[in-house]
Amino acid sequence: MNDLRSGSDSACAARVTLAFIVALAATGCQRETRYFEPPTKAVTPPPVRLSQIQPGAIATNTALAQKYEDNAYALSEGQRLFRWYNCNGCHANGGGDKGPALMDNVWIYGSEPAQIYSTIVEGRPNGMPSFGGHIPENQVWELVAYVRSLSGLVSDTAAPNRTDTMQVKKPESNTEPQKPVVAAPSNASERP
Amino acid sequence: MIGGMHDVQVPAGAQAHAIAGVWHWLLPICTFVFVAIVVAMLVALWRAPWLRETAAPDVSSLWAPEPKIARTVWAAVIASTLLLLVLLAVSVFTDRALARLPLANALHVQLTGYQWWWEARYDDPDPSRIFTTANELHVPVGRPVIVTLVGADVIHSFWVPSLHGKKDLIPGRTQTISFRADRPGVYRGTCAEYCGYQHAHMVLYVVADAPDDYAQWAQRQRAPARPPATAEERRGRDLFLRRSCAMCHAIDGTPAQGQHAPNLTHVAGRMTIGAGTLENTAARRAAWILDPQQFKPGANMPPENLPPDELAAINAYLGSLQ
Amino acid sequence: MNSSTGSLRGIFRFSRRPQHALREQADAVVGRGEEVLDGAGFGSKAALALERTWQDKRGVVGWLETNDHKRIGKRFVVTAFLFFCAAGILSAIMRTQLAFPDNDVVGPDLYDQLFTMHGTTMMFVFAVPIMQGMGVYLVPLMVGTRNTAFPRMTACAYWLYLLGGLTLWIGFAINTGADAGWFAYVPLAGPDYGIGKRADVWNNLINLTEAMGLMVAVDLATVILKMRAPGMSLRRMPIFAWSILVTSVMIIFAMPSVMLAANLAQFDRTFGTHFFNPAEGGDVLVWQHLFWFFGHPEVYFIFIPGLGFISTIIPTFARRPLFGHTAIVLSMIATGFLAFGLWVHHMFATNLPEVGKSFFTAMSFMIAIPTAVQIFCWIATLWTGRLHLRVPLLFVLAFFVIFVLGGATGIMVGSVPFDLQVHDTYFVVAHLHYVLFGGAVFPLFAAFYYWFPKFTGRMLDERLGRWQFWLFFIGFNVTFFPMHLLGLDGMPRRIYTYGAETGWGTLNLIATIGAAIIAASVVIFIVNFARSLVKGALAGDNPWGAATLEWGTHSPPPAFNFVAVPVVASREPLWAREADEPTHVSGLSAQTREGLVTTVLDALPDVRYSYPSPTIWPAVAAVTVVVWLFWSNITPSGMWYGLIPPAIAFTLWYWPSRKETAEELLLQRRP
Repeated sequence: MNDLRSGSDSACAARVTLAFIVALAATGCQRETRYFEPPTKAVTPPPVRLSQIQPGAIATNTALAQKYEDNAYALSEGQRLFRWYNCNGCHANGGGDKGPALMDNVWIYGSEPAQIYSTIVEGRPNGMPSFGGHIPENQVWELVAYVRSLSGLVSDTAAPNRTDTMQVKKPESNTEPQKPVVAAPSNASERP
Repeated sequence: MIGGMHDVQVPAGAQAHAIAGVWHWLLPICTFVFVAIVVAMLVALWRAPWLRETAAPDVSSLWAPEPKIARTVWAAVIASTLLLLVLLAVSVFTDRALARLPLANALHVQLTGYQWWWEARYDDPDPSRIFTTANELHVPVGRPVIVTLVGADVIHSFWVPSLHGKKDLIPGRTQTISFRADRPGVYRGTCAEYCGYQHAHMVLYVVADAPDDYAQWAQRQRAPARPPATAEERRGRDLFLRRSCAMCHAIDGTPAQGQHAPNLTHVAGRMTIGAGTLENTAARRAAWILDPQQFKPGANMPPENLPPDELAAINAYLGSLQ
Repeated sequence: MNSSTGSLRGIFRFSRRPQHALREQADAVVGRGEEVLDGAGFGSKAALALERTWQDKRGVVGWLETNDHKRIGKRFVVTAFLFFCAAGILSAIMRTQLAFPDNDVVGPDLYDQLFTMHGTTMMFVFAVPIMQGMGVYLVPLMVGTRNTAFPRMTACAYWLYLLGGLTLWIGFAINTGADAGWFAYVPLAGPDYGIGKRADVWNNLINLTEAMGLMVAVDLATVILKMRAPGMSLRRMPIFAWSILVTSVMIIFAMPSVMLAANLAQFDRTFGTHFFNPAEGGDVLVWQHLFWFFGHPEVYFIFIPGLGFISTIIPTFARRPLFGHTAIVLSMIATGFLAFGLWVHHMFATNLPEVGKSFFTAMSFMIAIPTAVQIFCWIATLWTGRLHLRVPLLFVLAFFVIFVLGGATGIMVGSVPFDLQVHDTYFVVAHLHYVLFGGAVFPLFAAFYYWFPKFTGRMLDERLGRWQFWLFFIGFNVTFFPMHLLGLDGMPRRIYTYGAETGWGTLNLIATIGAAIIAASVVIFIVNFARSLVKGALAGDNPWGAATLEWGTHSPPPAFNFVAVPVVASREPLWAREADEPTHVSGLSAQTREGLVTTVLDALPDVRYSYPSPTIWPAVAAVTVVVWLFWSNITPSGMWYGLIPPAIAFTLWYWPSRKETAEELLLQRRP
């Protein structure tokens, strides 16, 4: 008697659980996918905009960058590459030294992914090397996503945690988002 | 592709030989105990009468003791304990023997485990004689080797079954392992602690050479990279430096001094690439350079969008680095 | 010295009628304020009143609220078995991938999740819960009481377990399955190299399953020590109860270690602490110590109840009491103690001092001795008995072959120098499966066939059982014996593929074929189970003629287990009974849920205990705890805000009810 009754109730519960799982399936996939091959084979960078003003409505091209910013593997790779390619040599874990700080809200050349991409690939006056052709496209996008995470601009769940090195700052996953402010050219000289 | 030797039961070095000695005690004694117990159970099944239906139980043992059985059980327990003590003694004495390998005139190697490759630095009191290679160790036969094990990222484990047991490379802790190859040959080692996606492809070959052959090999390794001979090799070197290769790899004698990937100064002399993933032939090397993720998904080397002529040039240059 | 099962059956005779008819009948017979006590003889009033008191409400609410140990025990067993099948499917996929060199059925990322999920599920979500579940069902019946000591806690434990297992598998379904191995070594599972939320899912699972384990362990230990039937002194307690007692005490000491480790790792990942970061003074090896201090006793949580099954089944089918009962009990206790001194044998390849490692070799060898004592006593029992060869006994006999082989390879890997060669190779995979299957899974199937009549009132089919047994036995050996040879040939664990030049292809293919045979045998079992549920032969109270108390009541037992609390005068209560000994005590209320608490050593009646009534709060509290843990994985502030719902739920759970307090006060009598 007990068995028969509990049988139908547990079947109902099983159906609810299954529906829940299916609903969740959509949300988790992207963050945890490991893109060992670049997510898009032929990577064409979106147009870089150096001005805030656009005629008509603002056209953004975030599709490609979003793939990296929402992806924990890409952000973690970016964290590794930031170390490996010695970005710390000038940017000192995001705190800035010879190069500007990357963990604050001041962006001299813009905080949009395409703008950061351009900064890395083309280089910038006063010392930022041009890495175009020296770092593969896919890795540049991973670095772009990681640089944005340094000031808390990516989702907490995808952002990397602390590294197994000496602690120099809060982990990116615990960083408060710093709303970007574009520095006018005269501000570029006022570095901390 | 070369298999190499990797059988625990066919030792090629002093340490593995000692461990095989333990195995030669363990196997017969443990087999004997296993067979004895199974035979006892089968005899019990054979002797005891079988019932078709369940019958009333025989509870006489509740008040009448069974001394004969008790004595037999005691005897079996004591015999088992004595056998265990024998095995314990063998184990402890072998431990002692492993620690007492003569280390005179030892070769010193510092082995660093990365995800998913091995870096070997051959140390020497004279700093100009230190050289670095990757994924393939050569050692002289008959000479002890002291390997210092450094874990760079996660826990790995250095294991060459023909030569010794394994030791872990633990970040934050350094330990050493000593072994001696007593026969020339190619011995296949592998990482033996799960370390991520490509734990399966973290192979380390240990090649035991006759002492003269080893000395020649070491001498070659100390030399900087061979300068390119043909135009294509020259172009290959330029591309190597101009493209992303030099960001991670080092070739001694060139401006390429990346420290994050295997040292390629003498890559053409190795048997495999990708730490045992592929055989080191021109065709495989080209395919590897174009898209390593196809063969070793998850490895830290990115695919590179190279036009075929650039790929051929780089491949030719690397193929010349004996 | 005749067995008086006839008169006992008279006490427990009770007809099975639809539930609502019973309630109406009870209401007709028993007046509202009338005080009815349980008692001897067929007091239809007493039995009906008990039935009404102990029944759960109907519908989903009753299903969620119940704290009947039989329903909860069955849930544990069924849920754990489903997880067993799921993890088994994962192992089938792994074996398919490994059947040929350079195979590409699954890539490394999925393969890493597969073996981690397989190990984690089998160890945490199947093996320990199913043993505890069998204990939850059987122990109160075996020691002659009506429910476990803290039924609401056990109910909550079940929900924590179910939700924990589900979150692990939901994680796997959305590509967030744990992927750092079932032991989740740092730094691979740490914040730097454990990318994404996969390791957080694992840490979560540990918290939930270990909380479940602790709760059930405390409950079972209390039942065994304090609520046995009068006369069931510790010397007369059945061995299965001893095995659950030893396991429960071990769990209480060992599980906090892994919970601590998982929480330290979780703090590293979520808050950026440095417990396992060597660069800031942490230590990677501490994880291994904490984990294996739990991890080694854990295999004994799985193994010792298996020993209890064997010690129960052999006497029944050899038709004689167990030889060396006291020796076996003492051996189990010794095993429980020694199990805490072995953990470093999982760390022989690290840089711990060599002399220290040799100590653990000695301890690892030493623990074989109590097990050997038990094996010899069992063989002695078989040797001098009369054998009723049925499927439960077949599975137990397989133990002697499979477990002893696994134990022998265990001695081998316990030796430091030899372990340095075979650690983390397929030799260890072979060893662990031999001891786990031999010591736990085969005895578990024996227990299923043995106790299925008691759980459901029907017998499992003998013929299908024999087919299952032989396929399982042969398939198991074909799968795992070649792995010894693979390990000796240098094949490491946890690799998703291997090259053809290694020469490992043939043995791997043989192992895969064996895995298919095992799968077939499990399918046969499921078919047997489903068919027998519906049209198996009716069992009666004691189809095997067994000795322990659970066979003295109906199959399946009524909600209140026994109409009158039995009195026990010997180790085999149903086999050997003095003619002039009392058979039961009476006087507990039939209108509230009452049980008898007895003294620890001699089980003399001590106090009457009012069981808590069923309530929804354990289920609700479990849900709030799971939400809290999940929230804290996502964001650090979730750790604090997420505590509020559980605080509310637990407060409301423990809030005393006026009605219950009033009823209990009415029942209090002067001594």
